[in-house]
Formats: sequence, C-alpha cells, structure tokens
Amino acid sequence: MSDLLLPAPDWGALAVLLPLLGAALAFVAEGQAARIGFAATAATALSAVMLLLDVSGGTAYHQAVGGWEAPLGIALQADGLSALMLAMTGVVGLGVAAQALRTMASELPPAAQDKAAPWAFWPLWLLLLGGLNALYLSADQFNLYVTLEIVSLAAVGLTALSGKPEAFTAAMRYLFVGLLASLFYLLGVALLYARYGVLDIGSARDLLRPEPIAQIAMAAMLTGLALKSALFPLHFWLPPAHGNAAASASALLSALVVKASVYLVLRLWFDLFGPAGLATEAAGLLLGALGAGAILWGSLQAVLAERLKLLVAYSTVAQIGYLFLVFPLDGTDRGLAWQGVAMLALAHAFAKAAMFLCCQIVQERLGHDRIRALTSSRRLPRTTQITLALAAISLIGLPPSGGFIGKWLLLGASLEDGFTAWTAVIMLGTLLSAAAMFRVLVRFFADQPDDPAEVGRATPGLAARLIDLVPFGLASVAILLGLVATWPLAVLQVRAGG
Amino acid sequence: MTEAWLPLAILLTSLLVSPVIFLLPEERVRTRTLLNLGAATLKLALVAWLAWRVGFRGATYEARLPFLPGIDLVLEADPLAVLFMSLSSALWLLTTIYAVGYLEGAANRSRFFGFFSLCVASTIGIAMAGNLLTFLLFYELLTIATYPLVVHRETPEARRAGRIYLAYTLGGGVLVLAGTAWLWAAAGTLDFVPQGALAGTTLDEATLIAIFLLLVGGLAVKAAMVPLHGWLPIAMVAPAPVSALLHAVAVVKAGAFGIIRVVHEIYGIELATRLGVATPLAALAAFTILYGSVRALGQDDLKKRLAFSTVSQVSYVVLGTALFSPLAAIGGLMHLIHQGLMKITMFMCAGNIAETLHVYKVSGLDGVGRRLPWTMGAFTVAALGMMGVPPLAGFVSKWYLAAGGLDAGAPWVIAVLLGSSALNAAYFLPILHRAWFREPPQPWPAPPPGARLEAPWMLLLPPLATGLLVAAAGLLASAPISPLGWARFIATGEIPGLPGGLIQ
Repeated sequence: MSDLLLPAPDWGALAVLLPLLGAALAFVAEGQAARIGFAATAATALSAVMLLLDVSGGTAYHQAVGGWEAPLGIALQADGLSALMLAMTGVVGLGVAAQALRTMASELPPAAQDKAAPWAFWPLWLLLLGGLNALYLSADQFNLYVTLEIVSLAAVGLTALSGKPEAFTAAMRYLFVGLLASLFYLLGVALLYARYGVLDIGSARDLLRPEPIAQIAMAAMLTGLALKSALFPLHFWLPPAHGNAAASASALLSALVVKASVYLVLRLWFDLFGPAGLATEAAGLLLGALGAGAILWGSLQAVLAERLKLLVAYSTVAQIGYLFLVFPLDGTDRGLAWQGVAMLALAHAFAKAAMFLCCQIVQERLGHDRIRALTSSRRLPRTTQITLALAAISLIGLPPSGGFIGKWLLLGASLEDGFTAWTAVIMLGTLLSAAAMFRVLVRFFADQPDDPAEVGRATPGLAARLIDLVPFGLASVAILLGLVATWPLAVLQVRAGG
Repeated sequence: MTEAWLPLAILLTSLLVSPVIFLLPEERVRTRTLLNLGAATLKLALVAWLAWRVGFRGATYEARLPFLPGIDLVLEADPLAVLFMSLSSALWLLTTIYAVGYLEGAANRSRFFGFFSLCVASTIGIAMAGNLLTFLLFYELLTIATYPLVVHRETPEARRAGRIYLAYTLGGGVLVLAGTAWLWAAAGTLDFVPQGALAGTTLDEATLIAIFLLLVGGLAVKAAMVPLHGWLPIAMVAPAPVSALLHAVAVVKAGAFGIIRVVHEIYGIELATRLGVATPLAALAAFTILYGSVRALGQDDLKKRLAFSTVSQVSYVVLGTALFSPLAAIGGLMHLIHQGLMKITMFMCAGNIAETLHVYKVSGLDGVGRRLPWTMGAFTVAALGMMGVPPLAGFVSKWYLAAGGLDAGAPWVIAVLLGSSALNAAYFLPILHRAWFREPPQPWPAPPPGARLEAPWMLLLPPLATGLLVAAAGLLASAPISPLGWARFIATGEIPGLPGGLIQ
C-alpha cells in the first residue's frame, strides 16, 4: 500500500530546513517578511507536531544526514523528550508569531521603526526557530555548540529589537554573557575531544572515564549552560533582557530560549555524564541547591516587582530553578523528578508565552504595566484577564494544570525518603509564586472608574480581537496538559534505540 | 452494577452552566435567571434520584478518568457523598433564588453567578471525590472560585478580606498538597476506603503522624479551627448570599468534610486513635467550639456574631469525627447538614434585615420582629435550633454527640456541649429578645405601596424554606431520609449492598 503513496516526508529535517529557508526568504523579501515568516512558522509547527505524533507511536526518530552515520556524519535524532520540546517550540512559536503579525509594527517606537523595521523580527525569529529545532535534534557535542550559538545570537537580536535604550543595554549584556557561556561550553567540548577524540554523545558515553580532565570538562560545560539558563546566581542578565524586550520577543526568550540550555544540561547529565560515572551526588546537590536558590530568590523578586513584565521575568528565574531540582532528586536515573521537570518545562512554555503576550495587550490598552495601577476597567479585555488567571494557575501549580502535574511529580520524588529540604523549598516556592501572581489578579477586582479621557478610545476591530484570543489558547494548553498528562508522560518514555 | 453517567451529569450541571453564564451579557437577566434556576432544579432532581438509587436500591456509581500513572480522577457516589451533595444542591437552589433577588440591579452579575456555579460545582466534586487527589483538585478550585465572590463589592475592605482569605486558604492548600504527595510516595494509595485505606499499614508511626498533621492542618484552615480561623470573620464583607453559602455549604464544610474523609477513610478512626492523633484533634475541636462561642458574645455586628458562631458550630462536626464512637460519628455527620440549614437561614435573614431596614448591628435590632415577622420567625427557629432546644435539628446533633462522648469514654464532651449551649443561648437570646420584645426606637419605614409581603418573595421564601427544614430535620429525625437516618446509614453501614460502615 505504501508504494502507492508518496514517501513519508522527513519531518525532522523539515523542522530544521523550513525555518532556515524562511529566514533567508524573509531577509531578502522585506515587504513580504511577515507573510513568509508566518507561513514558515506554521509549516514548521506542523512538521514538529507530525514528528511528535510519529515518535509517540513508540519508536524514536533517527536520520543520518546524507546517509553518513556517526561518528563520520551528522545524525538527527529525537527521543520522546526531544519530540515534545520540538512540538512545544513549534506550537508556542506559532502562537507568538500570530500575535506578532498584528503587534510587531505597533510595539516599536516610531523613532526605531525607521532603523529596525518590524520586518527584522521575522528573519531573527525564524533563525531562532531553526536553531532551537536543530538543537533538539542533535546528538553531537559540537553541533550542539553551533546550534546554541545560533540560538543565542538570534535571541540577542530579538532583545534589542524594541529599540529602547534599556533594551539595547540589556541586549549587549546578554550578548557578552552568551559569548562567555559559549566559551565555557566550547572549552569543555574541546577538552573532551582532545582526550577522547569523539564528539557524538553516544560514542563518548562509552569512552569517558571519571578522571580529572573529564571532570574539568563537565564543570566547564555545566557552568556555561547554567549561565545561559540564568540559573541563580547567574541570572542577573535575564530580568532586564526579558523585561525590556518587545513582548513578543520576551515571550520567545522566556518560554523557549532558556529551555534550550536547560534541555542540554538534562541531555548531557542523563546521556553522557551520568552513564560515564561523572555525575556525582555532590554535583547533583550543588545544581539542586542553586535551583532552590533560584526558586526562592526569583519568586521573592517577583513578589516585590513593580512592573508586570518584570514580575513575569522573575517568575521565569524561579521556574528554571525547579528544573534543576531533578539532579539531586533523581541522581543519574530518569525517574519521577525527570518526568516532573519535563512537564514543568512544557507547561511553563505555554503559560509564560501566554503571560508575556498578555503583557503586550496590557501595555497597548493601558499605556503602562505598573501592577499597582492595573484595574478591571473595560479597556482591558475580559479574555486577557482570564488568560492571565489561567496562566497563573499553571505557573503556581494549582490543579488540574500541567504545572500542577510537574509539581506533583517533583514533590513525590522529594518525598520518596520522607520529608526533605527539597519538599520545603517546593512548598515555599509555590506559596511565593501564588503571592506574586495573585498580586496581579486581585487588581482585576479593583473598583476604579474608567478614566474619562480614555473611554473614547477606539475599540479594536474583529481581527485584533481574534488575535487577542491567541494567548488564551496558549494558556488553555497549559491547563489542558494537566488533564491529558498521561499522554506526554507516556511519550517521555520513548528512548533512543540501543 | 456501576454506572458512570450520573455522577458526571450532576457535576456538569453546575460546572458547564458557569462558562455559559460568564459569556452572557450583563443585561440578559431573564436568561441568566432561567439558566441558573433550571440547572439548580435539574441538579436537585438528579441528586434525589441518585440518593434513592444508592440508599434504597444499593446501586453504586463511579466515574474514572486517568490522570497520572497509577492515579485516576474518581467520582464516586457513596452515601457520605450523597449526604453532602443533597445539602449542596438543595441550598444551591434556594441561595440562587435569594441571590437573584438580593442582587437585583447590582453590577457584575454575570461574574457573580458564574463563579457561584463554579463554587457549587467544586463542592460536588469535593463530595464525590473517590481519592485524595481528586478531592485536592476540587478543593483548590473552590478556593479560586470563592475569591471573586468574597471581593464582589470591590471595596478596599472587600479586597483586604480577599487577600487574607487567599493567604489562609492557599497556605492550607499547600499543606494538603504536600500531605497528599507524601502519602502517595509513602503508602502508594490515596483512595477513600471505609474504615481507612491505611488500615494494616506497615509505615512507621512518625511518618503517619506527620502526614496526618499536614493533611488535617491544611483542612483545618477551611474548617476555621482555632488558630486558623482568622479569615472567616473577616470574609464577612461579602454579600449576604455569599456568606450564606460560604458558611453553610462551601468553604467551611469542604474543610470539615475533608477531615471526615481523612480521619475515617484514609486513616480509619482506629488507626488515628492508636497513633494518638484523634484525641488532640477532638480537644482542639472542643476548644474551638468554646472559643468561637465566647468570641461571638462580644460581637455587635450581626454578621460577625454569626461568623464566630460558625467557627464554633463547624467544629461539632470535627468533634464527632475525632471520637472513637459510632454515635459521635453519627452526630458529627448529621451536624454537617443541620448546621448548614440553620446557619444559611440566619444569614439570609440577616441579609433581609440589612436590605429592607439597613440594620447591621445587634444593638439596632429592637422591634425588628414587628416589621419583619416572617423573617424573624425563621431566624428564631434557627437560633433555637443552634442552642439545642428540642425538638429542633441542633438538639438531635447535640444528643448524639453527647451520647458518643460517653460511649467513647470521653465524658468531658458533655461539659463542652453544655457550656457551648449556654453560650449559644447567651449570644442568641438577646437578639431574639430585642427583636420580639423591645419597642423600635422609631417607626420602621413602611413597605413600598402595593407590597403584600414584608420583603420581596425571592428574599423571603428561601429562609422560610430552610427554617422549615430545620424544624423538620428535628421532628422527623427518625425517618430514613432525615439527616439522622442517613448519617446512621453512613456510620454503621446498615445499608443494603454496602461493604461496611465507617465504624463497625
């Protein structure tokens, strides 16, 4: 039967090639950048979802590019985790791109519109998308380095896009941090290559020995990645970058970009350092302790933040912290905490993107995003208020959201040997994030009359109102993830063959 | 046979009506009212059918949805669930009628009724939850759904109350979450099983006690047990129908109901007694009973006095639960219903007095009975019931609790009950005396011309109905469908087709 049909498309390769092709086209055809960009994003999202559906059948994806297998050639591969991250990137990216279609022009100040025309968003975003997808599909330390660089550079460009002086400063700092982090990572890769002569993770796994040079390499690589993931206390660059970028860019940076480096930490820990006996308990404890610091410090800063976007950015710092709890809780074997962390990462991407997109609507309709001055006035659409509430529910970890499932699994892992400090950290972090999020939500019950000067403002048209539903859709996915959690959890069990 | 559709249908009647109401434009009053009353009536009918099938035909109902590996979301209509659901659905109908009348012409009614339905849906989920995780899901949903009701008036005072309410309940929720996760990690079971899922467990005592403290400590926040009761008197700024629902069905009852489930169906009263946690819980409940009553004495604000009375009365349920005796368990279970009926009557009456006469203080109640005889009549029945005057509902609860105290070898319970009754009388009788036997300071404003009733019928009918139920629950206590009859079924398992009661 199958020879009557066309051969099945190679969804993995498409997920990398389509955005890169789109980026090139959008760069050349300035006038059509938005259309090309959106079409390429949609096609990429479709490929990623198709790949996920294939992988969910139970077999990991594996493709040797040009027929050359590792260690000579480059292989694309995706297990359950990669496939989920790819689909997450595609769908969240599609949502953000849909809103950017409408808002990118208005988000840039008039002065900046001449210089950094809104079209610049599209090639940068597509480059980022291609880089992220390639990262999730790679299993080779050097390729991972290259993709990480692409992601960083595109992210820096997106940060600077809003044209504000603060954004420019933040972008420069982001650039230097990114370069420094890459150097650390590259140093580690070079050390391992010099000692063992392989770059492919699968081949290196069998060669690595717990000896000083490998330990130094691991420390360098993890430091670089921790810096890129904004792990406390290396998070200093994130809040200004995410808090000052254009909202669509912030959504991408917070929801997707930080996930890439965390994913890489997970990948290296469980697939390379763990099996090679390098991932010691002490290393895991250290990473976990930093994660705990991130949870508490990030949540506390979110509670204290004056501006909505800054609150949302600090919440990212805290959420990243949860992801690092997997190392002390699970050791080197994928267990409950690993599943929990994967669920948290997925739910966070959807909820956080929704929240940043709402920030954009708040800014646009109210002209500011000071938390104390938010009101329930009619100028802020009800859907936006509800979206913020849904996203907050998942970020706090209230049932039945995806965030709840993640927290539940993490809590379960932390309680396997009785009540631990990790349990207390998770509980305290939950309370703090609830305090931060409800600070925003309670403003929607603030009885303040509409400012008469503002009442006359034109109400947005139908198309605009439909696009306002996009963040609602993303937040709903974060909630729904909790109700269908058995499915992603089953997909997570799909491992690369052998 | 086990059917799944009925529990789901009962849950969905209020869960699905909520988003529809949210989407209705503010001015579609008639549609919204019809929708609300239609759903509430339908649900009451479904619950009645379910109660009949479960109680007299031995049918079992269960709906499952896979949620996590090894844990399903379970809705199970056991007799205990039916007890709570009948309270919730009967009072939903009456409170909805009352709220429609009370909020006539007010702002944000779509939001109000949307969250109101969501709140009732959560209580249904809490009632039918077949395991602790399902319970937790609806318990947290209840927190979120009640916040907008508490701050409904959007005044600074209301928002402050809302903040305090959230701080208490979310804090309690985190404790319950941790306890639940720990129980799952340690014992691998979260199911509610008559006589206790942990019966025969090999876990060490320290872990069991720690989990118990987390769970019951978290639940005690909503049950407003001292010292975690602080939010309840402050949440009084909510509109009258909300206070009525919060105090009778929704929040405090969710906490008390959760304690019943945890003590009887997770630990089992036998294990809880052996661990040495049941007696301190009973002692704390006894302290709360007396403390709430003493504080109620000092309140001049009518709603605040009622609120402290709730603090006291809800702990009757906990007291009955924590004593190792079927009689006490019966007393506690039926007080779940009795307290709800009595307290909702009083809050609706207080709302009527505030609406028609703008009187909010106990000291301003002189002669109210002449202007609002029916309202005060209902209030009087409920107040006498609270004091435990036979043959009203409260008397039956107290009788069983006292007998249970003797049965469990805790005669001090009788002293607590007598003391509490005396205090109840001390803070309710002055209200009745003022209302009926004192002259009003100035003539009350006359009812609007053409009005035949002392208050709009939507405000008058619900408290009269619940007042009648208070009397009926006492007078007809020996009927099988009375709260007493049903509580006896639950506690002793004398029900056809049931594996066994909570206590054998």
